[in-house]
Amino acid sequence: MTDQQTAIEIRSLYKIFGSNPKAWVEQVRNGMSKAELAEKHSHILGLNDISISMPASKIQVIMGLSGSGKSTLIRHINRLIEPTSGAITIGGRDVLAMTEAEQREFRRSGTAMVFQRFALLPHRSVLDNVTFGLEVRGVGAAKARDAAMRWIERVGLKGFENRYPTELSGGMQQRVGLARALSNDTAILLMDEAYSALDPLIRTDMQTMLLELQKELKKTIVFITHDLDEALRLGDGIVILRDGSIIQQGSGQDILLRPADDYIRRFVQDVNRGRFIKVDSLMEPVTAAPDDSLPRFASGMALEDAVKRFSGSDSPAGLVVDDTGKPMGQVTLRRIMEAL
Amino acid sequence: MDWLFTFPQIDPAHLLSVKRFIDGSLKALTRSYGTAIEDFFYPLQRVLIFFEKMMTGAPWLVVIAVMAGFAWLASRRWQVAVGVIVTLAMIGLLGLWKDAMTTISLVFTATIFSIAIGIPLGIAMNRYSRVGKAMQAILDVMQTMPPFVYLIPVVMLLGIGRVPGFIAVVIYSVPPIIRLTDLGIRLVDKEVLEAADAFGCSSSQKLWKVQMPLAIPTIMAGINQTIMMALGMVVIASMIGVQGLGLNVLQAIANQYFTQGIFSGFAIVGIAIIFDRTSQAYGNRLQKHRGASHD
Ligand SMILES: Nc1ncnc2c1ncn2[C@@H]1O[C@H](COP(=O)(O)OP(=O)(O)OP(=O)(O)O)[C@@H](O)[C@H]1O
Ligand SMILES: [Mg+2]
Repeated sequence: MTDQQTAIEIRSLYKIFGSNPKAWVEQVRNGMSKAELAEKHSHILGLNDISISMPASKIQVIMGLSGSGKSTLIRHINRLIEPTSGAITIGGRDVLAMTEAEQREFRRSGTAMVFQRFALLPHRSVLDNVTFGLEVRGVGAAKARDAAMRWIERVGLKGFENRYPTELSGGMQQRVGLARALSNDTAILLMDEAYSALDPLIRTDMQTMLLELQKELKKTIVFITHDLDEALRLGDGIVILRDGSIIQQGSGQDILLRPADDYIRRFVQDVNRGRFIKVDSLMEPVTAAPDDSLPRFASGMALEDAVKRFSGSDSPAGLVVDDTGKPMGQVTLRRIMEAL
Repeated sequence: MDWLFTFPQIDPAHLLSVKRFIDGSLKALTRSYGTAIEDFFYPLQRVLIFFEKMMTGAPWLVVIAVMAGFAWLASRRWQVAVGVIVTLAMIGLLGLWKDAMTTISLVFTATIFSIAIGIPLGIAMNRYSRVGKAMQAILDVMQTMPPFVYLIPVVMLLGIGRVPGFIAVVIYSVPPIIRLTDLGIRLVDKEVLEAADAFGCSSSQKLWKVQMPLAIPTIMAGINQTIMMALGMVVIASMIGVQGLGLNVLQAIANQYFTQGIFSGFAIVGIAIIFDRTSQAYGNRLQKHRGASHD
């Protein structure tokens, strides 16, 4: 699929839960709060005026505390949840206009999903779990098996294909969940807190694996988390939700350096900034004479690494250079210290 | 004060005429459609006779071997198979072999029919909420109605014999399997169902690939209860012409043959244990990998 086909566009999406949701959209548009809607009219505001452009082949992270509407939002993309109002297009195709059959087809070959509590089929072996999506699509058994075995191997479960999910650890179960999603060979991958139930170390491994796979697969991935480290590590773009509204969207660098409000400031204050902020974000036009004695930083270097380079020289500034060694700009030690 | 002690009932003459009218119509119905009804149930009668002949006609060694083999296949435990052999041998030694075989064949066919009727009804009950509510009410009535009452309409329509007995047993024993099929489907983990939807399952794919396989342990519990109820009904159904151990018990009551009654009673218990252990062990074996499915 071309990039054009798999970008996800969400426009003014509203979701209200309750007996007569349509009746309240107008009031919410005019500023009624989630609390007021819940208290006075016993409807729950799930999503409030969400607009996001998710570029194709990138990892889009959606972040927020419990109850902020993350799961509700991701389920709109494959229409497990119907919006109350708004528009969703995927590669220019209107998701909401699909008939039931088209929608089923779209879920079979357009999207795949990974779940927080794995949602594996306990009565099926690892292999049969991984072939599930292909089987539903009507792919022949032998072909499905070959594809599944490839993915089982890729996620590091070779030798476990005849085990049952209950015999595996959480990390291994989620590898099965990932293999099940990947074997469907869809352009879009939806991951709803896929790693939240895992231990920190296993979680880091799984993040590394996802990044490696993504280098090659270039899927459009929507990844939900409530963990900022995870968001910064994985996300090409990050959206932060609270009470169903977007409070900030941008790159990880934007969010770390320019938090939109106190809520996000509190979120970002515990993060290891030296590891996540890149020298590029602090770059200014070159003013110092481009002299060979200046420290040089490859584009994309983290601040903590850049600081180490400074300690070997007494220069107050360094050059950021691209892969060919050409200077792109300069960054001063003072700015780095301010940012940390 | 007389009116306080005698309930102001509907005029007995009225009641009598209502009862006469209903009973009369039922009788008229059987009189005019009697042969049609009998023809309709004729194939069923053939099936019942076939199974009964098979069980009573086969050499006893073969019967024991087949039943023990069946028990082993279902449970994969030799203890269960040995239990089956010992129980059947004791029944045979007490001179109850033929009666026991008749009873087993009736319970077996009644169970097969109950499964064939009950599982689709259970699925329908789960799928269509209207059907579900209606069925719930019907099942509640069926399960509290004294079993003797079932005999009356069956006898009026079909008279006495194998087929009406069989129908009474099926009616009495089918409710648990309907209920537990519905329950089993309802207990399936919501996240797993969501995953099925997310992968684009049609509703029949969802039913057969996800819901039914995950409901099977619960359905097995329903089958187990159905078997037990069918065995219990066997004694009552002997009042309308069902042969076998139940008839022995009935005769024992009528003639005060204490020992005959006790022996036959124990034979029924023995058969119940065989069926119960075998079907439960099978259910547990199915459940082996599913520890986390219903958490
Ligand atoms: N089916 C529903 N009916 C009513 N309210 C709902 C429903 N689903 C979600 N909500 C409400 O919508 C809001 C957002 O829920 P959602 O599950 O999307 O949050 P979340 O960000 O995924 O939280 P978590 O981190 O706990 O998974 C919550 O207030 C929740 O109570
Ligand atoms: Mg959630």
